[in-house]
Amino acid sequence: MIERLRRYWTIIRRPSVHYSLGFLTLGGFIGGIVFWGAFNTAMEFTNTETFCTGCHEMHDNVFAELKSTIHYTNRSGVRAVCSNCHVPHDWTAKMARKMQASKEVWGKVFGTIDTPEKFQDMRLELARHEWARFKANDSLECRNCHNYDSMDFTRQSVRAQSMHTTYLASREKTCIDCHKGIAHRLPHIPPGEGPSDTPGQVVPAPDRQATAAPPASSTPR
Amino acid sequence: MSARNAPKRNGPRVSAASLRALAGLVALCFLSPFAWAQAPASATDPMRGTTPITATTRPPLLGNAVNDDVRRPRNYDLQPPTIPHRVDGYQVDKNFNKCLDCHARDNTAFSHAIPVSATHYVDRNGKVLTHVSTRRYFCLQCHIAQDPVRPLVGNSFRNVEAVTSQPTPQTAPSPSPASPSKPK
Repeated sequence: MIERLRRYWTIIRRPSVHYSLGFLTLGGFIGGIVFWGAFNTAMEFTNTETFCTGCHEMHDNVFAELKSTIHYTNRSGVRAVCSNCHVPHDWTAKMARKMQASKEVWGKVFGTIDTPEKFQDMRLELARHEWARFKANDSLECRNCHNYDSMDFTRQSVRAQSMHTTYLASREKTCIDCHKGIAHRLPHIPPGEGPSDTPGQVVPAPDRQATAAPPASSTPR
Repeated sequence: MSARNAPKRNGPRVSAASLRALAGLVALCFLSPFAWAQAPASATDPMRGTTPITATTRPPLLGNAVNDDVRRPRNYDLQPPTIPHRVDGYQVDKNFNKCLDCHARDNTAFSHAIPVSATHYVDRNGKVLTHVSTRRYFCLQCHIAQDPVRPLVGNSFRNVEAVTSQPTPQTAPSPSPASPSKPK
């Protein structure tokens, strides 16, 4: 056993002594192709919907929510899968995102969001990560399909026209600033904790009302 | 009634007139449900068409809500205004209210939407809140997106303006429709 390993080691240490240069070049080339193909195939497999929804955390929570939205079911049948929005298409950015996503493997192994309750508790934080990512890359994953130059404003509703011709055209806002929660349900955003660039809104929270009620009653407006 | 007849009323002898009345009453009790059931069988329900009650109707085509952003006039005072745009998939739950994204008073400067009425910021005790009151929170309970469809059931409702202006020969539109000084 040791003898065999030693023999392999001497070959690997100085391969050109044992093999011809042509064999090494050609073998390296073919081996490279095989490795690259396998690597990318495996990488692409992690981009498929079957892979993403393979764990119950995704399948029961976010994927279930996606199903009723326009990005899953609509009149023309064109639809987005998870990776269309959550993984950059550009190779370098994709690799960076995949390395980040290794933390999700950690989360899966240690059950960070393995119950609906845990997921709901983490939800705002997880959503914030995605909002920040979209904001930073100017909603690149939206724009992969929704091309600004191809938008016919005259075919949009008056409301959409007025928004897109001003805020979007001036690049003052990007897609995610207004179009949050279009593919998944939104979590509760505590007052004042929403991202500063969104119109935001306050959902009446019971505890907040209880604390705000006494002073309001003493000073009727 | 004479005092002599009084004890006899508790006995088995009942007058023919009261017996006839009782029989009529019993007959009425039994027959009236049938008479009630007979009436709709002959009439066709506009919602069901001619489909018999035992069969399942074919569901009507889903409408496409009006999306022209043109405000509709109210039919009567204090009517909740209708929604002139689509609200498909709007999330309105305990976490989030999509309507308030544009219609909250703080956001209308940005969105140019119609601000939510100030009455919606008052709770049931009359306290003015900084946010929409919980009792006004579920917008779609009162405000409805409109479908351009033919009404299934006829409606002869006329608003106050139409009612007050019709009997008068001149059909000049009145500036204050509900004013009591206007002649009938």
